Amino acid sequence: MIIPLSHLLIFGAILFAIGLYGILVRSNIIAILISIELILNAVNINLVAFSRTTSISPVTGQVFAVFVMAMAAAAAAVGLAIVLALFRVKNTVLSEDINLLKW
Amino acid sequence: MNTLYPIIQILVYGLMAGTILAAIGVVTLPNLFHAALCLIGVLLGIAGVYLAIQAEFLAVIQILLYVGAVMTLVIFAVMMTHRMSNQNTPAHNQLRIPALLSSTALFLVLFKFLSRPHWPIRSETLQARVSVADLGIAFVGPYAFPFEVISIVLIAAMIGALIIAKRDKENS
Repeated sequence: MIIPLSHLLIFGAILFAIGLYGILVRSNIIAILISIELILNAVNINLVAFSRTTSISPVTGQVFAVFVMAMAAAAAAVGLAIVLALFRVKNTVLSEDINLLKW
Repeated sequence: MNTLYPIIQILVYGLMAGTILAAIGVVTLPNLFHAALCLIGVLLGIAGVYLAIQAEFLAVIQILLYVGAVMTLVIFAVMMTHRMSNQNTPAHNQLRIPALLSSTALFLVLFKFLSRPHWPIRSETLQARVSVADLGIAFVGPYAFPFEVISIVLIAAMIGALIIAKRDKENS
């Protein structure tokens, strides 16, 4: 392969850490959803890299990467619909202002 | 072929570095629209990495599904909610330093375990060419049940998103 396996895995780990940082510090809910997409892509890189190098069946990792992409699309659709409904009711997209379930 | 090899390698490493820079832009840029545009760059870069490690079908699906569909959805949501967020609302909360420390610590732990050079790499897998037909056979053969489950999940998510985002009659 053109890139060593460990370099691809470290690339995925960097993207995962950046996505985790985004989830922790962003105050806008849409920005948090964007960071979640970043994390799911980092996971996909690992799946494809392992399926190209160490897997017994080379198809499996790519099949599950497609499943992860479908789950990410479903999560984005439902999450953005919830954000739009929330914006209509509470008129905010900041996660600090949504404290209805906090005691 | 062999003379081109180091040039392609340098190009792929440059692509990975650019992808990481765009990812840093996604989490740090204060304007949400710019962050979404940076995410498009990240997704295209990852599609390029898929091409480089010979997962062509996934590269095409990545561009079609993420850049084409998910990012359109995200940008629509940004445009529909952005008018209220004036420029002086903070884009980040007060947790920047702890979040930076914890994500760096997570990366260092991952780096320690991932950078070992002796992965059990199989030469048959390295030689194998996964075509779209192989993936299709896998989808309807051994992975038929997860494929059906993911189809039902997608349909349920789409109908649920429509119902949630629909305007209530009595409120409007």
